[in-house]
Amino acid sequence: MAVDTGRAVEVGADRTIAGLDALDLAATASGESRLAKVWASAWPKLLALAFVLGVWQVVYWSGWREPWVLPAPQEVFADLARAVTTADFWRAIATTLRRGLVGFVLAAAIGLVLGVAVARVRPLRAALGSAITALQTMPSIAWFPLAILLFQISENAILFVVVLGAAPSIANGVISGVDYVPPLLLRAGRNFGARGLSLYRYVVAPASLPAIVSGLKQGWAFAWRSLLAGELLVIIAQRPALGVRLQGLREQNDAAGVISTMIVIFVIGVLADAVFSSADRRLRRAWGLDQA
Amino acid sequence: MTSVLPAGGVAEQPTDRTAVRLSGVSKVYGRGPAAVHALDNVSLDVAPGEFVCLVGASGCGKSTLLSLVADLDRPTAGTIEVAGGARPGLMFQEPALFPWLTVAGNVGLPMRLRKVSRAERAERVAELLRTVHLDEFGRRRPHQLSGGMRQRVAMARTLALDTPVLLMDEPFGALDAMTRDILHDEIERIWQQRGLTVLFVTHNVREAARLGDRIVLLSSRPGRVVADWRVDVPRPRRIDSPEIAAIAAQVTDRLREEVRRHGS
Ligand SMILES: Nc1ncnc2c1ncn2[C@@H]1O[C@H](COP(=O)(O)OP(=O)(O)OP(=O)(O)O)[C@@H](O)[C@H]1O
Ligand SMILES: [Mg+2]
Repeated sequence: MAVDTGRAVEVGADRTIAGLDALDLAATASGESRLAKVWASAWPKLLALAFVLGVWQVVYWSGWREPWVLPAPQEVFADLARAVTTADFWRAIATTLRRGLVGFVLAAAIGLVLGVAVARVRPLRAALGSAITALQTMPSIAWFPLAILLFQISENAILFVVVLGAAPSIANGVISGVDYVPPLLLRAGRNFGARGLSLYRYVVAPASLPAIVSGLKQGWAFAWRSLLAGELLVIIAQRPALGVRLQGLREQNDAAGVISTMIVIFVIGVLADAVFSSADRRLRRAWGLDQA
Repeated sequence: MTSVLPAGGVAEQPTDRTAVRLSGVSKVYGRGPAAVHALDNVSLDVAPGEFVCLVGASGCGKSTLLSLVADLDRPTAGTIEVAGGARPGLMFQEPALFPWLTVAGNVGLPMRLRKVSRAERAERVAELLRTVHLDEFGRRRPHQLSGGMRQRVAMARTLALDTPVLLMDEPFGALDAMTRDILHDEIERIWQQRGLTVLFVTHNVREAARLGDRIVLLSSRPGRVVADWRVDVPRPRRIDSPEIAAIAAQVTDRLREEVRRHGS
């Protein structure tokens, strides 16, 4: 009996396990529609926006400040609508974004190399580990006097401070990513024959990716802040930039212009943050790190 | 037909007849008063093609022994030889799947590390997933599977290593009885087909009797080999057969004795 029913048993086994697995997985489908999700995350933000505009309008009506110091919301938006039709406006955005991106990419490269080196090399960690964290506490604006002495009023002065602002966060992200790779996964990787570089490529790098992305996100925030501070201090002639624009408009007592430029800066910050957050969220979901 | 013979200590065998040899292996974790003597002077020979089940109370050093054989840890004393110097494949007590890879990606990784071509890999992965009855789940992520399914993915991944020596650490602990019985048949079939040498850790004495050519009992703290039985029940075996039950009862009695010795 045991011999010639082998196949039947095999097929039965398949069915049995498939049945058990179906039971295991019964509750995984999610029914929420995409639109509903977008709306669910959008309405609190819209509400907050409406609230801010409302308060602003009320303060304006109260006459707390002269209208030419604190203009009404619609006046600011009218100014913004005018500004977007000028070439200078877009050149300013382009300059600032280019500086931000170049600084960020450079900081990311330095942060990655530094982070891996510190995470791997013991003496380096002893020497630099806490220095990197200490560097993070340094307000980036405090670097500008030195940067200007080193590089004069130049692109490099701005780049220097942006990189110094962002690289430590990125390096720290890498270090904590590498430090917290589960030892079990490292052992599994080693058992599969991964060594040195291939262990990094196939286990350490993907396992630390979520922490690295968090580091990049934080690094961008620092880069963006340092950059705008820098653009207020390091003003290069004939080169419009958002920070320069802000200074120039203040000197002309153009409050509506100042506020509309700030809105642009704010929106860019929010968009960049959304990009990083969505990458972060997607990664965490794929890795199974958050299970809502 | 159904006899359980104590194999009596460790026989000296010529090296070409052993797939794995542990000689006087000890492992101490930590130092000073806090040191844990996980293994003490363990000697064990496993013949090529043999299926050896390792049983013992929780914390007696079974996982430690496997990670030493897999060369993931160094013994404090003693030597471990694996025939041909090949690194044995280890299936960990936890699934240890890589969350950033799909099920198929996990199973394929050992082959990717061996530079197996993409086409061949895809074919082998599909075959291995069929073996563990998960052929429809290749594109899922590990966290989308149940605990038992993850354990089966881990088993397929370990088999993808294609090593002649397989170390398995309580591979079926998280499975329901029905799935476990089916996987017993599968692992037995693969073992016979590939002529593998298997060192299999389990808490389940019946499972040990169902699968093993030998059952080796480790004592607790420090872990030592205290008994070694040969299971002479012809295959195919059934876990609910009276012969298996009789052997399991014997091993359980001895295990109880060991645990009691500790309790007093
Ligand atoms: N890395 C470690 N550091 C310190 N002690 C350890 C370490 N790993 C294991 N031990 C200790 O060594 C002993 C044996 O552990 P091991 O995991 O090998 O037991 P086990 O037989 O596999 O137990 P179980 O059946 O519960 O899995 C235990 O007392 C454990 O506390
Ligand atoms: Mg264990």
